[in-house]
This record gives sequence, structure tokens and C-alpha cells, in this order.
Amino acid sequence: MTAHVAENIGRHSALAVGRRASAGRTVGGYALRIVLCLVFGLPLLFMILSSFKPDLEIFADVGSVRAFLPVGHLTLDNYTGVFDRVPFWQFLFNSVLISVVTVALGLVVNSMAAYALGRLRFRGRKVILAVILATLIVPFEVLALPLLWWVNKLPWLDANGFSLGWLDTYQVQILPFVANAFSIFLFYQYFDSIPKELDEAAVVDGAGFFRIYRTIVMPLSGPAIATVAILTFLPAWNSYLWPLMVVQSENLRPVMVGIDYFKQLNVSWGQIMAYATMITVPVLALFIAFQRAFINSIASSGVKG
Amino acid sequence: MVSRTLSRLGATGLAAVAALGLLAGCGKGGGGGSAGGGDNGSLTLWTHNAGNAKELAADQQVVDDFNKSQSQYKVTVQSFPQDSYNQSVTAAAASKKLPCILDVDGPNVPNWAWAGYLSPLTGMDDTLSKFLPSVVGKYQDKTYSFGHYDVALAMYARPSTLQAAKIRVPSIDKPWTAAEFASGLKALKATGKYPVVLDLATGNTGEWWPYAYSPFLQSFGGDLINRSDYKSADGALNGDKAVAWATWFRSLVTDGYTPLKSSADPEADFLNGKSAILYNGSWGAEQARAKLGKDVVFVPPPDFGSGPKIGGGSWQWAVSSGCGNQDGAMAFMKFLAQDKYVASISEAAGTIPATDAAAAMVKGYEPGGDNDIFRQFSKKFAEVRPPTPGYPFIATEFTKTSQDILNGADPKQALDKAVSDIDANQKSNNYFA
Repeated sequence: MTAHVAENIGRHSALAVGRRASAGRTVGGYALRIVLCLVFGLPLLFMILSSFKPDLEIFADVGSVRAFLPVGHLTLDNYTGVFDRVPFWQFLFNSVLISVVTVALGLVVNSMAAYALGRLRFRGRKVILAVILATLIVPFEVLALPLLWWVNKLPWLDANGFSLGWLDTYQVQILPFVANAFSIFLFYQYFDSIPKELDEAAVVDGAGFFRIYRTIVMPLSGPAIATVAILTFLPAWNSYLWPLMVVQSENLRPVMVGIDYFKQLNVSWGQIMAYATMITVPVLALFIAFQRAFINSIASSGVKG
Repeated sequence: MVSRTLSRLGATGLAAVAALGLLAGCGKGGGGGSAGGGDNGSLTLWTHNAGNAKELAADQQVVDDFNKSQSQYKVTVQSFPQDSYNQSVTAAAASKKLPCILDVDGPNVPNWAWAGYLSPLTGMDDTLSKFLPSVVGKYQDKTYSFGHYDVALAMYARPSTLQAAKIRVPSIDKPWTAAEFASGLKALKATGKYPVVLDLATGNTGEWWPYAYSPFLQSFGGDLINRSDYKSADGALNGDKAVAWATWFRSLVTDGYTPLKSSADPEADFLNGKSAILYNGSWGAEQARAKLGKDVVFVPPPDFGSGPKIGGGSWQWAVSSGCGNQDGAMAFMKFLAQDKYVASISEAAGTIPATDAAAAMVKGYEPGGDNDIFRQFSKKFAEVRPPTPGYPFIATEFTKTSQDILNGADPKQALDKAVSDIDANQKSNNYFA
């Protein structure tokens, strides 16, 4: 009897401890999530709220909770100031164009390269893949000057005729970033998971390499396409160093270079916040709209960080 | 469904290529091809004023006037943001696409002249003799640039604050001595009213550090390099006087007067009453007066033994060596040097006009005007940063060393290391012979 009671008490206390531990883990998990939300969310909140405050008020509020509250003299002056100082719509158009074209061309070129390396049989393809992957360790800053030298020598043919040198054009902001080793690797890895029996069946039916690529492999690679599209779009949108080096005309500059327009002797912090909000919110809205697809694609293609 | 998506993707790719082809035609900037080569009388001018509507408009007015004044040459303006202007210029120089006329930050002139970016200005000596010496860019006895304006550093303070702490308001003829300054800081701290007693804007980056803090070093009797031959910094940057400067600089932090890193906008902090004394440029004077009215004074930096010192040299105009039309570029430079343009551009920039005649035309800078004090500071205390091509390296080294000292590094050791690095750089470049 006593032993039975003791056993019951033991079981109950073990359950209680288990429940408490589980509750503790849940609370801890939520606390961690809240902290992470604050770490990533508060700077954005500060940026958006500060964009409605005069410069002096922004700095008066720093150091208190007011910095994260819509209090004080709220005004749209910073936003009107942005349009006075920067050709915002031109910069936005340029960035959208550059990012969208880079993504579109990148999807086609990189998937084709990955398909050739993964599905076609030819001597040296492993070496080519290794060389492509090796380029991942070279940071862009190292390549910038040689690339500048190259693009300054390249020919171009368009409606205005033949010209030499790509500086100060749209193509110089797009074409060097179309082929991307990481995108090729992602496609290559994903294509590898698609059964080769499908290709063999298609060959029996008379399909050629391009038809297999277009009608079998690519339709099954939705997650990889989404991942590559997002991972190509973000650096294209955030591009800063390269446009500084190759673009001289204001009408070709992307949005990120526009930030520098506000850093004069008297820095207009309120306008910087307004401008940063204007160029961040569209990307943020896009991410929120496609959040689920993005996370699914990242999870299924095995890419993290 | 996916197949349809793919077809769309393919079509998008093709459309992207087509769009790029079309846009390449209409999206070519003015700087394409020969950036400012001066072919057919066309000259391109680069300025750092993108985002600064007033000064850019003043630049554009000069260009418009020049283009109307004759029919041989046509100048076109291209503006760049100041913060990244140097990167744009060096990239253009690397690809041999510099424009004919460009502006350049004063301390960079010797380096760009030595690197072959700039050609000397000829036939302008008489005109430029009327300009403040600090705005004329020289290297090896040749003039490479001139500016329409300068800026001056000063200590901003509220008279009411100084009087309450029983601190004398200094003047241009009787600045604070080192001892007076020290006791003043102590008195201000004792009031307990100010989170920051002396804000030196230590959160600023880049050129601010040598521009703002090397004058203190010079006032102590040290310097960034020996100016007799510009070969070595030994003795100038690590002698007893330089060590005294470094020790004083660090003591500002250890005594609790100056933060290790100021906020992003020290001027706003001063105007909000968070700091008692602000070390700032003349560019902030109008805003300070607008906020504080009569309760603000701009006083010279203290005299630490060799007199008060401030940095000299701001943005200046130059002609590139690759310009295919030197005559046209020089014609423009001479046109640009007129007093009326010195006045209009410096007024638009809110800076100190470089000539007496121009100062008389700009409200506030006329003798006795509200801002005349800054012009007097420039005339009396300005020290140009060492005119050697090695200056960019010296500036970086000084910045790094000053930051180390402020963070607690041993002053003598830190300065010895800086001297060793600077001397090695001068030597490895054959002293820029």
C-alpha cells in the first residue's frame, strides 16, 4: 500500500516536473522569439517612426522609449524633402529594372549551366564545376577593379550603333551579375535530386536535351527557382559599390546610391530615415507577401543562412 | 501549370534581354565613351554636390553663364554624392574616364597631382593671389586647384552656460589657454547639468579625424610630418609635444569630459542641451543661431602653446590631365574664378567666401557680419594638411592612432608605431619623387 502510494506520488511528481520542464521550455522558446523579434524589428520601427520626426527630435528621443513611439511633432516634411533632394522615381525605376532583368537572365543562364554540368556527359565537367565553385571564395571587392578594366574594353551594339566600353549604362549594372556560382550550385544540387529515369523516359519518347530541360527538369524545380530568384534579387537591389564605380549619370543610378545624397555637411537624418523607409518597405512587403513560399523554398532546397 | 509558369519564365528571360537591348540605347549616360575628353569643344564637369540643391544650382548657374558667354566651348555638369565622390573619381581615373573639370577635396590635391590625374593651372597666379591661401591647392610649387570657399572649426558654447560656470568667453585675440580650458571643463562638469561636457564629435569617421584633431596636435607643437622635406614624421608625430597632445587627448575621456564615441549628430545634442561645448565647423552656425538666438558664441580652439589652430582647405576645382581640350578647360577655370561666383557659390554652400571682394557681397561675411568671425579664424589660424601625396596614408594612420589613444593605448608607443608606418610608406614610394 505504502509502496503503491509512493509509486503514485513519484509518477505524479515526475509528470509535474515534466510538465514544468515543458512549460519552461515553451516560455523560454517564446521569450527567445520575442527577443529575436525585438532585435530585428526595433531598428525597422525606429527607422519608420524617425522618418516622421524632425532631426532635433530624433536625437532628443534617442536613449528613451520615445524613440520607438509615434509621439512628438510628427510630420511628412522628411518625405517631401526626399523628393526635393533625390530623383526618387528614377532611382526606383532603375533599381527595379536592374534587379528584375538580373533575376530573369540569371534564372535562365544559371539553370542552363547547372543542367549542362549535372545532366550532360562530357569530359571535364567535374573540373568545370569545381572551378565555378572555387570562385565563391573570391569576394567581389577583389574582382571589382579587374572587372572595371574589362567592362571598359567590352564592345556593345545597340540602336545607336557600335560602341566600346560599357561604363555608364544599364548593361554594366546587370550583365556582370547574371552568371552566379552559387545559383549554379543550387540548381545543380536540386537537379541532382530529380530522378534520371525521367530523362531516360523522355529520351525514349524522342526528347532532346533542351526539351528535357524545359519540359521536365525545370517544371520540377520550383523551389530552386524561387530560392535563386530571391537570392539574386536581394544583392541586385542592394548594389552599392559597383554603381559607384561604373555609373556617372544621375539618370542611371540605383536606389542605394541615393542614400549618399543626404550625407552633406549637415546630415539630414530624418530624410535619410524617410528615404530608407521608402526603399525598404517595397522589399519588405514583397517578402511578407511571399513569406511562406520563400521559407518553403529555403527549407526544400537545403539552403540556410 | 508549372509548364505554363516555365514558359512564362522563358518568355520573361527573352523579354529581359530585349528590354536590356532597348534600354541600352536610351539608357546611356552622358559620361559614356570619352567622359569629358573635350572633343568638339564639349567639356564635362564633375561636382560632389548631388543632393545639395543650392550649391548645385549655383554651380549650374556659372556653367550656364559660361556657355552663354562664348560659343567655342560647352560645359555639361554631372553631379555625384559627396560621401562616395572619391570612389567614383578614382574608379574613373582607373578606367581613364575622368572629365575635363572636376572638384576635389583640398587635402587630396597633392596625391591626385602626383598620380597624374590633374594638370597644373597656368596663368592664374595673379587672380589666385587674392584667394585665401588655404583654398589654393599646390604641389611642388605648381598650382593645381582653387576653391571658392573654406570652412572653419570653432568651439560652440552658450554664453549663459559659460557665465553660470564663471568661465571667460574667449576672443580671437585672447583665446583660452590650456590651463583656462582645463579649469573650464572641470567647472562645467561640476555643474552636473551636461551628460557631455566637451563634444568633439568622436563618432564622426574618415577625414574628420585628421581635419579636426591634428590642429590640436599642431597647437601643442607637434605635426603629422616634418614639413621641411615631407620625408619623415619622426620627431613631429612622436616627439615630446606630440606625446603631450596624446596624453591630453586621452585625459578628456578618462576625466569624463568627452565620450569615447559621440552620437550620430553632436550638433543636435548641443542644441538639445545635452552637451556644454561643441567642437564643430562653420557650417552649423546658421542652425545654431536659428535655435539659440543670441545665446550661442563661436570661439577659437584653445591655445596649447603654439597658438590656436584649425584645419584649412575645402572643395576645390581642378582640370584633369587627360582632358583633350586644356584651353577650353582653362578658359572655364578663369571664368569660374570671378568674385561674383566666389560669392554666389560660397553663399549657396553656407561657407566662407575665399576672397575679400566676395565676402563683402555675402550677407553675414562682410566685415563685422555675424559669420565674419569664421573668416577671421580661417585667416588667422588655418593650417593646411600636409601637401604631400602621402597624405591619404598619413590621414588613415593618424585616424587609427588617435582612436587607439582615445581608447587607452600608450601614447608614446602608439605614436612611434604611426611614425614607423608613415615613414615606411613615404620610403616605399621613394618619397613621391
